[in-house]
Amino acid sequence: MSLDKSAAAYWSANLRVISICLVIWATVSFGFAILLRPVLQMLPISFGGTDLGFWFAQQGSILTFIVLIFYYTWYMNRLDSEFGVDEE
Amino acid sequence: MSQFTLNLIVVGASFLLYIGIAIWARAGTTSDFYAASRGVNPIVNGAATAADWMSAASFISMAGLIAFVGYGNSTFLMGWTGGYVLLALLLAPYLRKFGRFTVPEFIGDRFYSQSARIVAVICLLVISITYVIGQMTGAGVAFSRFLEVESSTGLFIAAGVVFIYAVLGGMKGITYTQLAQYCVLIVAYTIPAVFISIQLTGNPVPGLGLFSTHAESGVPLLTKLNEVLIELGFRDYTGLHTSTFNMLLFTISLMVGTAGLPHVIIRFFTVPKVADARKSAGWALVFIALLYLTAPAVGAMARLNIITTIFPDGTAAQPIAYDERPDWMESWEKTGLLAFEDKNGDGLIQYYNDASEEFASTAAERGWEGNEMVTFNRDILVLANPEIAQLPPWVLALIAAGGLAAALSTAAGLLLAISSAISHDLLKSVLMPKITDKQELLAARVSMGFAIVLATYLGLNPPGFAAQVVALAFGLAAATLFPALMMGIFSKKMNTQGAVAGMLVGLLATLLYIFTYLGWFFIPGTNMLENTPANWLFGISPLSFGAIGALMNFVVAYLVMKVTAEPPEHIQDLVESIRVPRGASGAIDH
Repeated sequence: MSLDKSAAAYWSANLRVISICLVIWATVSFGFAILLRPVLQMLPISFGGTDLGFWFAQQGSILTFIVLIFYYTWYMNRLDSEFGVDEE
Repeated sequence: MSQFTLNLIVVGASFLLYIGIAIWARAGTTSDFYAASRGVNPIVNGAATAADWMSAASFISMAGLIAFVGYGNSTFLMGWTGGYVLLALLLAPYLRKFGRFTVPEFIGDRFYSQSARIVAVICLLVISITYVIGQMTGAGVAFSRFLEVESSTGLFIAAGVVFIYAVLGGMKGITYTQLAQYCVLIVAYTIPAVFISIQLTGNPVPGLGLFSTHAESGVPLLTKLNEVLIELGFRDYTGLHTSTFNMLLFTISLMVGTAGLPHVIIRFFTVPKVADARKSAGWALVFIALLYLTAPAVGAMARLNIITTIFPDGTAAQPIAYDERPDWMESWEKTGLLAFEDKNGDGLIQYYNDASEEFASTAAERGWEGNEMVTFNRDILVLANPEIAQLPPWVLALIAAGGLAAALSTAAGLLLAISSAISHDLLKSVLMPKITDKQELLAARVSMGFAIVLATYLGLNPPGFAAQVVALAFGLAAATLFPALMMGIFSKKMNTQGAVAGMLVGLLATLLYIFTYLGWFFIPGTNMLENTPANWLFGISPLSFGAIGALMNFVVAYLVMKVTAEPPEHIQDLVESIRVPRGASGAIDH
């Protein structure tokens, strides 16, 4: 019984971190680079001759994706050993 | 030494390297052949995945696509990288834990159904075969341009090399050749970009140079580029010139499609542990990003370089005379990919946007009678980069080897996905379940041979829709395989009926929508509606339909699941077990 409970807790912790990562994933790409670009353009930040939205579209989103995957990997390795489901 | 001899030496040396690796990494078992015995280091697998993923399209075409459209084509940059986040978070670790060899195998076993397996095999074959045609034609073109042989001869040489290392080594041989191919292609791509970035901005990192100051004018590079483009009647580089809605949908389609491509997914079956599958996706993206962060810089800088070459004294002054054009223009004119036409007979090259109505009066004042750079093939950009920057001839030879490495590494990955679907999913799982491991290995090699022959044939006789098939491959991967895989992991209650109905609806809807606008089986003239934004359903471009197809798949699968029987207990237990890493079958000793 306790094992089932811990399996459920492990899975819901995993789902939580996946959701957080995917919200960030969508915000930088669909958000900053496309839909929210007009908002970013109103900020008084000039970035290499253009606005932050253009940077996110061409480079920023890719860099964020890399950080997200490594963060998820690090988080899950910790979670795996916490719940004792890591590989020996 | 002539350029030709140099190209021959560099390309020949790279091929010897690939064949040497193949002999060293021979496959002895089906596990070797399908998954390199799950003994591949995650970082090595990351580099191999990057080479597997980056095709001739990424290496040769992408910078050109960005250069001539600017901001709008950032979709390719985000779409082709964002899919790796989906892979790492939603698919790769669980499919690795499941511990089998192919994508249809997961779908068939998880949905306890031979029809689900067969639908998945069909989707896989359509996706991978359409994709491989482009790689073979790309390799043929690269051969003919750099080694001055007939395009068909080039194709046979390319097919022969792939045959040796893919049939002999299977996934094991392919993995280590892809590692070598990644090194060749990234060096070839980066060197010319670094020199061009130093020339224009003084910054040796092209990705940073893109946002630096243009050394000559003292204003930011992108500001300078926007200025000269507008002065010649073009649309500015950083602005939005497409519909936001379609840009969004297209990006989603490319991301979801990337995550659903079987030849990419099977790479994650080769690592020893579940934790390695997550890590490996991260490394793959790092290696991909090395090229993808450079590509937008190559695009913008090349666009600016072309304009300043033609207008050396600024866009307000006279352009250069045709007789004084640089050598690289002359050599590319011979290929027909670059062409000039002196429309007003003044001997100078006027390059501007003659489709702009606002600019027409300015052009008339200056005595211009139309754009005189009548042809500029976008693929020239990357290939001519070393010449534009006046780099030594060995850099050009490196570009030739790099382009071939990009095409061959992707072709090999696709061929493995095709042959394993035939030998493992059709033969072993459906038609002849009793064959031994040895017989299956032989079957895998034979079907790999057939796949290469088919790909070579299609490469020689391309069905004339090379550009559109990419839309089809990504659209189908997004609308069929990705949703089925994701629901198989994240929904314990998803059953056969739901998964099969979802895949079929996704498959048919995507095919129907694409064929309606691009012609039935891409035969010109058979399209039922003209492919213009006014005709598109809710303004959705056929290229962007994958996202809609995926959504339909999810909705239909859920509704059908609700009214049909739950999956059996042992399947629900299976889903429980793939959700935790412990107990994954590790590397097999060899």
